[in-house]
Amino acid sequence: MRQVHPLVMLVPVIAATLFGRMLPTWTLSLATIAASNALVALGIVVLARTGNVSFGQGLVFAAGGYGVALIANSWGITDAVAQMLIGAVCGGLIGLAIGPLISRYSGIFFGMLTLALSMVFYGALVKTTVLGGSDGFNVVRPSLFGISFVDPREADFMLYAVSVVTTGLAGIAAAVLFRSEFGLASLAVRENNLRVEYLGISANRIITINFVIAAVFAGASGAFALMAQRHIDPQFAYWTTSGEFVFVAVLAGYQSVAAVFVASLALELVRSFSNLYLPNTWQLVLGVFLLAVILFLPRGIGSLWTRQRRKRAESSAATSTAAEEGVAS
Amino acid sequence: MSTVLSVRGLDKRFGAVVAADALSLDIAPGQKVSLIGANGAGKTTFVNMVTGYLKPDSGSITLDGIDIGRRSPRSVARLGISRSFQIPQLFIELTAAENLAVAVSGMQARTLSLVSPAEAGGRRDKAIELLQRFGLANLADRPISELAGGVRKLIDIAMALVRRPKLLLLDEPTSGVSAEEKFATMDRVIHAVAPDAATIVFVEHDMEIVSRYADRVVAFYSGRILADGNPQDVLKDPEVRRYVTGGAQ
Amino acid sequence: MNLFLTIVLDGLIEASWLFVVALGLTLVFGVLKILNIAHGSFYALGAYIAATAVTIAAAYSLPPALGFVAMLLSVALIAAVVGLLLERGLLKMFYGRDEVVLLLVTYAVFLILEDTTKLIWGVNPIYASQPYELFGNAEFAGLNYVGYDLLLIPASAAIGLAVWFGLNRTVMGKIVLAVIHNEEMSVSMGVRVNRVYAAAFAFGVLLAALAGALTAPKISMQPGLSSDVIILSFAIVVIGGLGSVEGAAIGAILVGLARAASVHLMPQAELFVIYLIMAAVLMFRPEGLFKRETARRI
Repeated sequence: MRQVHPLVMLVPVIAATLFGRMLPTWTLSLATIAASNALVALGIVVLARTGNVSFGQGLVFAAGGYGVALIANSWGITDAVAQMLIGAVCGGLIGLAIGPLISRYSGIFFGMLTLALSMVFYGALVKTTVLGGSDGFNVVRPSLFGISFVDPREADFMLYAVSVVTTGLAGIAAAVLFRSEFGLASLAVRENNLRVEYLGISANRIITINFVIAAVFAGASGAFALMAQRHIDPQFAYWTTSGEFVFVAVLAGYQSVAAVFVASLALELVRSFSNLYLPNTWQLVLGVFLLAVILFLPRGIGSLWTRQRRKRAESSAATSTAAEEGVAS
Repeated sequence: MSTVLSVRGLDKRFGAVVAADALSLDIAPGQKVSLIGANGAGKTTFVNMVTGYLKPDSGSITLDGIDIGRRSPRSVARLGISRSFQIPQLFIELTAAENLAVAVSGMQARTLSLVSPAEAGGRRDKAIELLQRFGLANLADRPISELAGGVRKLIDIAMALVRRPKLLLLDEPTSGVSAEEKFATMDRVIHAVAPDAATIVFVEHDMEIVSRYADRVVAFYSGRILADGNPQDVLKDPEVRRYVTGGAQ
Repeated sequence: MNLFLTIVLDGLIEASWLFVVALGLTLVFGVLKILNIAHGSFYALGAYIAATAVTIAAAYSLPPALGFVAMLLSVALIAAVVGLLLERGLLKMFYGRDEVVLLLVTYAVFLILEDTTKLIWGVNPIYASQPYELFGNAEFAGLNYVGYDLLLIPASAAIGLAVWFGLNRTVMGKIVLAVIHNEEMSVSMGVRVNRVYAAAFAFGVLLAALAGALTAPKISMQPGLSSDVIILSFAIVVIGGLGSVEGAAIGAILVGLARAASVHLMPQAELFVIYLIMAAVLMFRPEGLFKRETARRI
């Protein structure tokens, strides 16, 4: 497998950032949203390699957003990078808190539990008047390294740059992770978590760490969403928000980091264009798009350029039933 | 008297089924013990309890003096017991070398590296070395899904060997292997295990394999030990003939 | 005491329509092993169609009672037909693939139906409250209750009993149960599983739409209805046990009561208490409160 060196991957990141200078404002906003969605989806992909899909990333996404919003408003921290880091930390703390709990569940139960927890958070947020209830509240414009950006174009570019660089770095980190010892063990957990235990490795620990990584990414992304909208509300934690992130991850497939960016960008383009030409149809177009991908690219967009990895579903299912038979005869 | 594994008064019931009934057994280092018995006699349950997958209802299991009866499979593995499975438990989508690399990762006490490449740090070397012992080095980069059952069986055993266990439990190492290949397979296994001089316990149904490779045979029936001794004596025992081998005259 | 009765009554009224929706969802899961994310969309569809039917009936000056019945029938019919077409035309293509695939397909259908309803009925709230006055008011425990609401309780109970009876006492029902319990066996015994699938799915979405039609007079129809309903009915089905009819009833009652209790006692908890129960059930009794032996390792 051609393995690209991590430092080389910085090139497209820098290029994309500089390229933003030439883009019109509406494209910049679109790209910023795409980058921040990609960040969450990337986390989902990281976690999915252990065989567990989180349908509740809205929980940490909102935790990041609300955390940053509260801290920004209370302590007047407006620096974009600082906000991103705070978001990441908030997400990470939640991840550490619930990771050990949910890592004990697998497959569909894992998914349902993450969903339930995100909705618990949503329900709590909606009724918390101190946080603005279902209306949420506003925050001020972000700044960068002490500079305030009054010109909307400059402000948009600043946000674009910070989000693209952050997501890019996260992507590089993910690529390194996928190739690492830990990354291989994560795949092993998906294939046969029983054997992993028999080899002296804690499958739960691996799942927890992956979950925390996903939470950190989602928390940082929550900060970006906050900065872009300058507004936070409980919708960040709603199931449809979580669903969209999973949608991007599924669209991308689980093999290639680059595919996550492509998928996220594709989603935003589809959304923008259908909103432009046929209002109230972007979901319809997206739905049809999803069906098309499921039919023709079952392994996601990434499969277009990643070496075909072998049959997934049947083998994993066979292995897990075999695991039961193998130890219980 | 030094024992590697010491089992005392082990009980295990599944509803009305008695899988273990006051089982007591001592295994000395270096022995090659074969467990025989009809299906449901309790052999695999015994293996499951020794490796921590099942907890006994009562009784004790000690490894080199350490009580392991209530420990998890992970903990037991770290203490020096490894097992292979009747149906190979492998990471199907990964390559043979990757499977073994994961096993090598499992050996260290420290957390797995989030940065260091999967097969670096000597892991690939170790993986290849183990594959070589079984004559499978040329298949190192083939995914398990492309490999035949017999090869998977051997890789399954190789995985168990990575930790250089004090006690190696093999669950039907030659099942699914064709009659002509059985001896060759078992030869390979014994040969591969030799450098680590582990104590081996293997569950087997094939009495030829048993008489050739075991220096001690323990026969199970309904969760109890029917006979325990050297292969010739045990296999000739009338009760064993009746309940286990269904022996021909 | 009055408060207690109020909570119980409010809770049961809520539980009534929740049960009907959840029943549809759990049946579809039990038979087809699909979690239909578009289930809530059918609820919304039912509500919207009902609203339109009521408006048409009023325009033609039909007696309200007749209009009401016509509304229910038309909703049931349309939903069943759409459901049938959906199952045979689309879902069938993905059977045999990974279960996640079907989940994504129903998610795609959900997205498509969201916008379809927006395109047909617009984004502004729609009301259809004429039937709400059909049954007058009643006083109970010192409080005024709308007759329509109170009648929802026996109505949904009747639906529940009818389904229970249908499943357990008729030949067709037993065949459906057989498919729920052990599909492979059913196939080998000659059951036309395809037909059972189609019928079960159509019936499931019929129930969702019916629930929508029944609640239409009480609510305002607007975008977002389907996403709220699906997550709620999903919670109920998880609490009660996926694939269990009794579970859907227990889950609905529990959620209805929890909601009523929070509204009266601690309004801040209203939403999250339901999902807290769902999370708790998943953690401590993942197969749901009504353990169905067939809820095999999902």
